[in-house]
Amino acid sequence: MAEFTLRLRRYNPQTGAPPYWEEHTVELEPHRSVLEAILQAKARFDGSIGIRCSCRAAICGSCGVRINGKPDLACHTHLDKAQRHAEAGVIEVEPMGNMPIIKDLIVDMEAVHWKKIQRVTPWLIAKQPVPEREYIVPKETMIDVTQSMACIQCGACVSDCLSMEVDPEFIGPAALAKAYRFVGDPRDDQHFERLTDLAEDPHGIYDCTHCFMCIDACPKGVAPMSQIMRLRRIASRDHGIVDRNNGERHEAAFVSLVRQYGLLNEAELLPRSYGGDSPLAKFTPRAGAELASSLPSIAKALLRRKVTPAAVLKPHKLAKTDLQQIKRIYDHAEKDPFELNLYITGYDEDLAGAEKPEAAAASGAVQTSAESGQPGQTPGESPTR
Amino acid sequence: MKVAYWPGCVSRGFTPELHGSMARIAPLLDIELVPLDRGACCGAGVIAEHNQELADTLNARTFALAQQVGGAAMMMNICSTCQGAQTECQERLDANAEYRAHVNETLAGEGLSYEKGLTNKNFLWLLVEELGLDELRARAQRPLHDLRVGPFYGCYIVRPADRLGIDDDMPRDTYLALVIEALGGTVIDYAGSHKCCGFPIITMNKEASLKQAGRHLGDAVDAAADCLVTPCPLCHLNLDLQQPLAERVVGRNLNMPVLHLPQLVGLALGLPADQLGLQRHVVKPTAVIDWTTSVVAGVGETSAEG
Repeated sequence: MAEFTLRLRRYNPQTGAPPYWEEHTVELEPHRSVLEAILQAKARFDGSIGIRCSCRAAICGSCGVRINGKPDLACHTHLDKAQRHAEAGVIEVEPMGNMPIIKDLIVDMEAVHWKKIQRVTPWLIAKQPVPEREYIVPKETMIDVTQSMACIQCGACVSDCLSMEVDPEFIGPAALAKAYRFVGDPRDDQHFERLTDLAEDPHGIYDCTHCFMCIDACPKGVAPMSQIMRLRRIASRDHGIVDRNNGERHEAAFVSLVRQYGLLNEAELLPRSYGGDSPLAKFTPRAGAELASSLPSIAKALLRRKVTPAAVLKPHKLAKTDLQQIKRIYDHAEKDPFELNLYITGYDEDLAGAEKPEAAAASGAVQTSAESGQPGQTPGESPTR
Repeated sequence: MKVAYWPGCVSRGFTPELHGSMARIAPLLDIELVPLDRGACCGAGVIAEHNQELADTLNARTFALAQQVGGAAMMMNICSTCQGAQTECQERLDANAEYRAHVNETLAGEGLSYEKGLTNKNFLWLLVEELGLDELRARAQRPLHDLRVGPFYGCYIVRPADRLGIDDDMPRDTYLALVIEALGGTVIDYAGSHKCCGFPIITMNKEASLKQAGRHLGDAVDAAADCLVTPCPLCHLNLDLQQPLAERVVGRNLNMPVLHLPQLVGLALGLPADQLGLQRHVVKPTAVIDWTTSVVAGVGETSAEG
């Protein structure tokens, strides 16, 4: 037995009183969970502590909280590990972010998370005609979507999503990973419609700020951001969807400028992201309006000689022979691009044990406990992206 | 120490003071920079979003060029985004021999080949892990006493933790704080240090993007920071270049100088501010620098003198 001190954030919005911190010291074996510690504090010291839990085995997704500032399942976090990352030896537990608090550690999943899940039509729209027996589909594609299916709807990724922090309407990591579960499923009939919807929505796939928070937050290795990037790739490249949010234009301009210059040409990237992938983009009304609205920044940058007219007119560029090499690489890779999916293939054996012990152990445990899916590798060599 | 030096695009484009200040301080730290002038843009995640194999091949080419630099201990970059985007490509290339051979086939035409296991470190990592904090402390001729500095990492250099090799033994997500301390400054703890600057969505959702930048800058103001320091030039664009616009979105004056990591190190090493390109920033670092003598001083001290 060892002693652990918890610092719990208490709040009951119905009382009108502000939130406050409360400390309780519990006695438990170090390998027991933070959830068990909270439940002991509740049983011994204060029955009014609000915490939601059910399975206590990282399957039901009920007990998502922030532990020492990071989102996780309380039942899936050992006390000794939490203690190691605790400031001043006190394990801090607070409710998840980006969602309203119902009481203490319980947040309103209904108001945010589930509403967003419903937004993406979270069911299969079957390809017609439905075969009399099963659909025949490539094995790899089904392994691929099991990564999204491993989601247990705990809300950890929603809690720390940095786009949602500034734009609460952002559809968000959990729901967009769910969307990929159907866009990546060959049995679904509405890939184009789903992608058009999510690309055109100002709070859809192009509203993700690419911060990797959801990847680190997820206790099940779903890697929501990686699924969002797949949605973008399929929307723009496979379906040619040109959205109103400049998502496809930005990507197309970036890719073509690097082909042309070998390096990024920032002065051209901005107008082309608005006006389309052409040197004339800066003369389009869309790009013109954007440049005008950015004048306060541009003027100061020119004034301080941070950005010089010469740099804008004569951007940096690789040498001719290197540009030829770059173009050859483009021609080759753009013809028939191969997409290595480490979730399906796993790592080569020499890497699995040597360099990824923690990641492999963590996701290995996930896969044996998660009911959904049989990822294509043995525990010990399974990646999380 | 000799390194194959990857400066990235933005450090030579819209933040030329970053590349310039790195070149200035390298000799003072006994780092020999062999620039990879032939390397292409890392793709910043955007090329990978379009075509993964294309991004992997472009970076494999840069890695192969780095491996050709004789006597280089490793590859070094000065951009969080390059670090993250390149590490992601390297993870795939290193994970699968068949895929690596496939990519190398494309490079074979140019006489290049990438061999598994390149070490590619951001200047920040190199400072802590290779040079060492004690050595850095010893070389700081002009310690940053009274300077209150807020770290701003940039997402790509702190997440995902397992891919970037961040753990209890190598807490790379705390290195900026360690470096600020070693240089004699005071580390400011504020909410935005590990968050996103908003740059990746500046063309897609400008208001949300600037709100991110504005909030983090505002949090730093509230925590009484004199300046921020970042190892990422893209963060610098949103935090410094776009600060006048961010001020409008969050509806408050910010006036928060943002320094590139080599600039902060350079000040402590005793270099004058203009050699480090500090006059080029959109937000003048007047709170940080006494321009007449180039002596680093905190706000309080400067105003007391003036």
